[in-house]
Amino acid sequence: MGEAIVITSGKGGVGKTTTSANLGTALALQGKKVCLVDTDIGLRNLDVVMGLENRIIYDLVDVIQGRCKIHQALVKDKRFEDLLYLLPAAQTTDKSAVQPEQMKELIDQLKQDYDYIIIDCPAGIEQGYKNAVAGADKAIVVTTPEVSAVRDADRIIGLLEKEENIEPPKLIINRIRNHMMKSGDMLDVDEITTHLSIDLIGIVADDDEVIKASNHGEPIALNPNSKASIAYRNIARRILGESIPLQPLEENGKGVFSKLKKFFGVR
Amino acid sequence: MKKRPNVTIKGTKDGLTLHLDDLCSYQDLKRELDSKLSAGYRAHEDRQLIPVRVQSGNRYLSPEQKEELRALIRQKKNLVVDSIESNVLTLEEADKLHEERQIITVARMVRSGQILEVPGDLLLIGDVNPGGTVMAAGNIFIMGSLKGIAHAGCKGDDQAVIAASSMKPAQLRISDCYNRAPDHIKSEEKHEMECAYIDQNRHIVVDRLQSLIHLRPDLTRLEGGR
Repeated sequence: MGEAIVITSGKGGVGKTTTSANLGTALALQGKKVCLVDTDIGLRNLDVVMGLENRIIYDLVDVIQGRCKIHQALVKDKRFEDLLYLLPAAQTTDKSAVQPEQMKELIDQLKQDYDYIIIDCPAGIEQGYKNAVAGADKAIVVTTPEVSAVRDADRIIGLLEKEENIEPPKLIINRIRNHMMKSGDMLDVDEITTHLSIDLIGIVADDDEVIKASNHGEPIALNPNSKASIAYRNIARRILGESIPLQPLEENGKGVFSKLKKFFGVR
Repeated sequence: MKKRPNVTIKGTKDGLTLHLDDLCSYQDLKRELDSKLSAGYRAHEDRQLIPVRVQSGNRYLSPEQKEELRALIRQKKNLVVDSIESNVLTLEEADKLHEERQIITVARMVRSGQILEVPGDLLLIGDVNPGGTVMAAGNIFIMGSLKGIAHAGCKGDDQAVIAASSMKPAQLRISDCYNRAPDHIKSEEKHEMECAYIDQNRHIVVDRLQSLIHLRPDLTRLEGGR
């Protein structure tokens, strides 16, 4: 029996889809059987980020309305041997085509066959959000170091805390620009975590490579050299229960002395 | 044994006090009250209004009965009812009174879009985030930081106060007064351990917590003690 994790944020454009794609990929790299579910019906794009757009035959609405079996709609990611699948959203209908109970049933069914179900939630707190959280066991809230994103994350966390079947949500802070945090022009990690007062599961630096990779339909997690990739892989390992310290945001190559200082906890 | 009168009238320097017997029937009581008031006080010459306090002892008077007694007494030219007191409360009233007086402790975050409302005083262990609202009929005490909206005395209690470990509210409301944060707060200002109350000009003032000791001595509920 696997577990279903919903990736949500409230605000749009903070990186839910990118996070879903990369966490799914990183979990598959760890040898887990993963199914990505895009619940953004009408505005799907997880398939594009994954580079699987042209393989879609059936979609989530087809499954729910009984036009096909689940396995017919699942798109297999060729880069992995039978580990990573995508259930794409429909593009022609809208969010009201699906009810939360149907969604829960579908996720429960998927949990039989997969270790992890990663549910990509649409922006907003309406029907689409309700569908996305209906079948989830865990939740990850994605935010960026902007006041508006943090405000919406706060709202979403409040809503998630009311859901009885979901564990307390975890936080990912995405698109961190180190120089702006240092100069105080952006909220810093501590500020955001104390404000939202939930557990931090990872931070991801703002990295042009992420956008490049998404545009090529190759999740950045596949590229082992990028900082963002390491961040996503670390988050995946934390999901698997390993305890890994947060990656330092500073640029590399500061010398042995600063590392020593850090080791002894001197600032 | 001579029967005690059902209605005893006592004069005080503030007016009259009517002691009503609580064992006789309500009908008897009304009849006797009517006759006593008509007989004894017709002769009053000065036209000054005399305030009357009614004490009904252990008799429960329904709102209708209270109104009836008020009307009955008001008919007598220069009497006006000041208050009707009884030793008896209905369970409902007692519960409500208890609710209004107790401090309700809540341990949670009040997040954006959430409203937390309590009938008495609120003791919040946690923060009120921007976009969140806490409301209380009484006072509000926040152990964390207040960054959203707090409305104390929301049923109209001007004496209510708001206190917070970190006072950075979007808005403060007490009774029907309200006050918003300045548009530009200097981030170096800490605003720790502060309180807000309504001053003589009916403005909400933010001050250090300790000033409440003198401004609102009624906040102390400890009786006796050492």
